[in-house]
Amino acid sequence: MTYHAGHYDVIVIGAGHAGVEAGMAAAKMGAKTLMLTLNLDMVAFMPCNPSLGGPAKGIVIREVDALGGVMAKVIDKTYIQMRMLNTGKGPAVQALRAQADKPLYIKEMKHILENQENLTLRQGMVDQLIIEDGVCKGVLTESKTSYTAETVIVTTGTFMRGKVLMGDLEYESGPNNQRVSIKLSEHLEEIGLDLTRFKTGTPPRVNSHTIDYSKTEIQPGDEEPQSFSYETTEYIADQIPCWLTYTNEFTHQIINDNLTLSAMYSGMKRGTGPRYCPSIEDKIVRFNDKPRHQVFLEPEGRDTEEVYVQGLSTSLPESIQYEIVKSVPGLENAEIMRPGYAIEYDAVVPTQLWPTLETKKIPGLFTAGQINGTSGYEEAAAQGIMAGINAAAKIQGKEPVILDRSQAYIGVLIDDLVTKGTREPYRLLTSRAEYRLLLRHDNADLRLTDIGYELGLISDDRYKQFDEKKQLIEEEKKRLRKITIKPNEAVNQVMAEAGATPLKEAIKAYDLMKRPELSYAFVARMIESHPDLPIDVQEQVGIQIKYEGYIKKAKEQVARMLKMEDKKIPENIDYDKISGIATEAKDKLKKVRPLSVGQASRISGVNPADVSILLVYIEQGNVARIAN
Amino acid sequence: MEVEAIGTDTITAISTPAGEGAIAIVRLSGPEAIAMTTELYKGANLLEVESHTINYGKIVDPITTEIADEVMVSVMRAPRTFTREDVVEINCHGGMVAVNRVLEIILSKGARMAEPGEFTKRAFLNGRIDLSQAEAVMDLIRAKTDKAMSMAVKQMDGRLSGLIRRLRQELLETVAHVEVNIDYPEYDDVEEMSHEVMRTKSKEVHKEIEALLEVANQGKILREGLATAIIGRPNVGKSSLMNTLVQENKAIVTEVPGTTRDIIEEYVNVRGVPLRLVDTAGIRDTEDIVEKIGVERSRQVLKESDLILFVLNYNDILTDEDVKLFEAVHGLEYIVIINKTDLEQNLDLSKVNVLAKGKPIVTTSLIEEEGIVELESAIAKTFFSGDIESSDLTYVSNVRHIQLLKQAKSALEDAMEGIELGMPLDMVQIDVTRTWEILGEIIGDTASDGLINQLFSQFCLGK
Repeated sequence: MTYHAGHYDVIVIGAGHAGVEAGMAAAKMGAKTLMLTLNLDMVAFMPCNPSLGGPAKGIVIREVDALGGVMAKVIDKTYIQMRMLNTGKGPAVQALRAQADKPLYIKEMKHILENQENLTLRQGMVDQLIIEDGVCKGVLTESKTSYTAETVIVTTGTFMRGKVLMGDLEYESGPNNQRVSIKLSEHLEEIGLDLTRFKTGTPPRVNSHTIDYSKTEIQPGDEEPQSFSYETTEYIADQIPCWLTYTNEFTHQIINDNLTLSAMYSGMKRGTGPRYCPSIEDKIVRFNDKPRHQVFLEPEGRDTEEVYVQGLSTSLPESIQYEIVKSVPGLENAEIMRPGYAIEYDAVVPTQLWPTLETKKIPGLFTAGQINGTSGYEEAAAQGIMAGINAAAKIQGKEPVILDRSQAYIGVLIDDLVTKGTREPYRLLTSRAEYRLLLRHDNADLRLTDIGYELGLISDDRYKQFDEKKQLIEEEKKRLRKITIKPNEAVNQVMAEAGATPLKEAIKAYDLMKRPELSYAFVARMIESHPDLPIDVQEQVGIQIKYEGYIKKAKEQVARMLKMEDKKIPENIDYDKISGIATEAKDKLKKVRPLSVGQASRISGVNPADVSILLVYIEQGNVARIAN
Repeated sequence: MEVEAIGTDTITAISTPAGEGAIAIVRLSGPEAIAMTTELYKGANLLEVESHTINYGKIVDPITTEIADEVMVSVMRAPRTFTREDVVEINCHGGMVAVNRVLEIILSKGARMAEPGEFTKRAFLNGRIDLSQAEAVMDLIRAKTDKAMSMAVKQMDGRLSGLIRRLRQELLETVAHVEVNIDYPEYDDVEEMSHEVMRTKSKEVHKEIEALLEVANQGKILREGLATAIIGRPNVGKSSLMNTLVQENKAIVTEVPGTTRDIIEEYVNVRGVPLRLVDTAGIRDTEDIVEKIGVERSRQVLKESDLILFVLNYNDILTDEDVKLFEAVHGLEYIVIINKTDLEQNLDLSKVNVLAKGKPIVTTSLIEEEGIVELESAIAKTFFSGDIESSDLTYVSNVRHIQLLKQAKSALEDAMEGIELGMPLDMVQIDVTRTWEILGEIIGDTASDGLINQLFSQFCLGK
């Protein structure tokens, strides 16, 4: 007997980093939303490293925030340390990273969910979807409870047919010994979705009291207050450092001697692991000439002694893990609290998704997060919020929201996934973004706040502030164009201080700002009177002027890219009717069903000749002819 | 592979350059190509002959029943053809009248006149060739001379691709290094890329692109002109010959900055044969090439020439120097010009005949304007007989490729400027990446996964 427990606009399966953003976005947009999770005490749990952000990823967190997401706000309240990375480099690649207090993060996030209007949070295991006439209409739990819905978002992370591996030990499990989801995975296959098998891993955790920190290097947080969210006004002053140590030849010897015992090296065919997050076994095998590898010791929170040993991700047997840990300076006497392990899981082949993250096969069904073959909390959050937005938009009859590659890292991520697919767990890297100069940490709000506000995800107060900031930036830029700075003693004093060559001729303040060594603050000092501008406005004015040439060039490239994006491919196109396109390309096009020629050109295996033919074909109007 | 043609009609055109060639080819492509030809062809039944055979016969005007031309007909069935459609090539006996007549007859049978480059377009659309090849074939069609044709063929062979690939790989390694610094700022086993290294690397690649553009320039000239050297002892009339050819043929004077000195070139068109008269050693100064630059160097200059005009003095006896010059041009393509026939003969013509080893000999009096017609026809004959081969054919001749190379060069210059200004390397790198991408467009390789793969194979990264 099935018990019908209600009807919802949006049901989110899972409450990890994707699930919480999806549920929050949908609920905030006014959709009646249900979130089902296996364990309410593990909402937004971080099963791997206790940190958020870093290059590309940190920018994603800000983007999610500009769209009204929650990750930034929660980490701003719960970090134990925060650092701005790449400060010696250009503004486009600077990014924040925070070490999280894991238990506190869960607590904060759960509380936010509990207080969100339109959102119901419930514990339960979903076994299957309700599919009617090929359309997703709800879910059915293991306790025979059914929920009907307009849309369903699956965000099950690494739980689907998860299998933990450590030496020759293997057992079905979610991460950190949580319950595994078996039936849902089987069900998704039954309804015709292609699944693939990926793996990832995590290192051992050790007890802080057993670490000899004197043999390690300290890695403190920034003294200057930082925040991910544009709404954050309070900062945590009391920060906890991380520590750095290294592996050595003994470590490598132990690993080499025991390589055959590693679950991932025992010769069994396994899921594909990510190259950017290799196990220590991988690192030693692939780069055997490296005398040492870095090991970062990262506290997992303020109220716990557990320390995450970043760099020693492994699937070697527990006994070997003890030896490895003890070989590392500072960890000679370290006690392992939890051993490291590898985990294999089912993922949905992401090319089965539209750029809205709705599945092509089953209307109403969305998937987001690690289930789509990504890796990382931030990548999950990014997909979560977009799936939530698009699920709600769909039932509200609104236009889908698809960010393009020049708008956000989120756009890069989703476009890569649905267009190229991925053969390993996907991680965002700055090098994946063609227009990273435009996708900066500092301008995420300028890029996306309008979209968030229009969707109802940004409060009026915040939007008002944002609008003021925008105006201040424009006014100041305008003002600097009018001001002329003449060479005199005072001016050249400042120039010397900035390490710049003395000024010889009068110059507009705007043009002077283009000198790499002159920050806004320096130029401001050369001007007699100037408005008292907030730091972020000063920063923005400085960046926009200084890198104007580069930004302009990037925008020209974007304009060219968008031209190809604007060439839409008719939905009813029959690729079999186009002769001349290579068979491989044809297969890929049929599978991905790109929405535009631009998207088609990014599919691997579709070469420029195929794209040209496609273009010619569409432009010749053959599509219309064949359709008739 | 099952191939369905994109065009449904049959197209035709004269596919050899206009002019007085030895033969001319009328080509047909499309589903009706063979059937159409059969209807106006007298000879074996083309519908039944094997694919890729050449057949002797006659083209008959179906209305007047007159024989239009004696021909050789190649029948090539789809898909193993240039366009992947049925293709017929009718080799006519030349003479524009006859060829045009054949074409007209075919057109009257319902074939459509091909647009310029349409065969290539079909080849391209039917997946026979990729974009870069298609463009090379486009050039092939447009090529005015056999010379340029072989250049286009070389280009399709991918020599250019090889060069570009190497440059891209060099840039890619640099780019990957900068990317790693950005994405993994805390990894100490990856050195921070310095402005100095970036500057050196950019300069290296910039130099190579410049060199490519330089040969591109040469290639462009070669496409329409053969490097032609005039040699001979002093006062045999070299400069008169040059001036005569120039005056007769309305030359365009170009100045090409060379690597070591400025080279003056005269660019002339002799009966449809483009010649680039290279005044390498100062012929205008009537100085002896051998004397001026030495025997070894002059041999080098001669080797770089596609055609040599070797001038002798009718009025003078054959000297040791003349014999040396004969040795120097041995094995090269040359025409012997015996000048000054207006003066008394002192030259032993039978000796010259022996030394020339069957190469054409023309007698002229440039002052009296005699023998010029004969000289020009000798040049044309040498050329059309296909004896001439160029010394080095690795050129960039495609206009689009030259354009892209220029873009790549300018992108790299932007990068170099950024370095000098002290811009952060991750900004500079945007221009380097752009250079890499533009170079990729030349060889049709724009897959950005290359960078990600480079990243992970070059560096040990990760948590």
